[in-house]
Amino acid sequence: MSTDTPDASADNAPSRAELAARVEELEEELADVSAEVGDDNKKMSIISTKGTLDMAYPPLILASTAAAFGYEVTVFHTFWGLDILHEERSKDLKLSSVGNPNMPVPNVVGALPGMDRMTTKMMEKKIEDNETASIEELIETSLDMGVEFQACQMTIELMGYDEEKFYDGVVTGVGAATAIQDMAEADIQLLV
Amino acid sequence: MSSQFDITETLDVKGASCPMPVVKTKSAIDELAEGEVLEVVATDSGSMSDIEGWADSTGGVELLDQVEDDDVFKHYVRKTE
Repeated sequence: MSTDTPDASADNAPSRAELAARVEELEEELADVSAEVGDDNKKMSIISTKGTLDMAYPPLILASTAAAFGYEVTVFHTFWGLDILHEERSKDLKLSSVGNPNMPVPNVVGALPGMDRMTTKMMEKKIEDNETASIEELIETSLDMGVEFQACQMTIELMGYDEEKFYDGVVTGVGAATAIQDMAEADIQLLV
Repeated sequence: MSSQFDITETLDVKGASCPMPVVKTKSAIDELAEGEVLEVVATDSGSMSDIEGWADSTGGVELLDQVEDDDVFKHYVRKTE
């Protein structure tokens, strides 16, 4: 009896050659998986649907920060999220004084004429005092860092946007399928 | 604190708040060569955690030190590749 395989009592035990082949096979598989996991292209996909001042910040802050982390970022803007990409409107986003229980005024007061303008002014003042970046600054910074802003074609048409009014670099002519593809490939997906 | 390393460049982000300290740090690091050290001077207290997290998850940079000095937060980042 061979000293190589002292425990090999059964005839159907795999031979050394078979085991070596199997090990080689597994090593190849592991190399493939490692190559895939080690793929440095981390991706993030954000869907941005809201155009109020408070809801414009999270996607932009996360997009620019992820870009700083080396992520490839796409932000797909649809419905009121399109206002964030609109050069003029992005500088004049409003805060709603109703429907937000954290507002300092009750809804019945918040619904009075002029209240949205007042709460927006208050927020703008806080943003300025705190030296928080403006929406415009965040968009320009994100674009500089390679973030891709996409404007949903269906809602551009539905809501009558003029594509010329978007920031330079905004990608148009894209739809839900593009967003799904980005999300499918992304490591992080967010709906804002 | 100062210093077992030579500072190549200083980035002043005093006053700026999240996410700008991290975002500008990344842009400034991109301008440096391998081995050079960036000093980031911030007043955002969140920058201590944010820049540490960024350096931890980002390839090609090494956080050498973080110092709080009279409400000013200083970060030292070396570009490693």
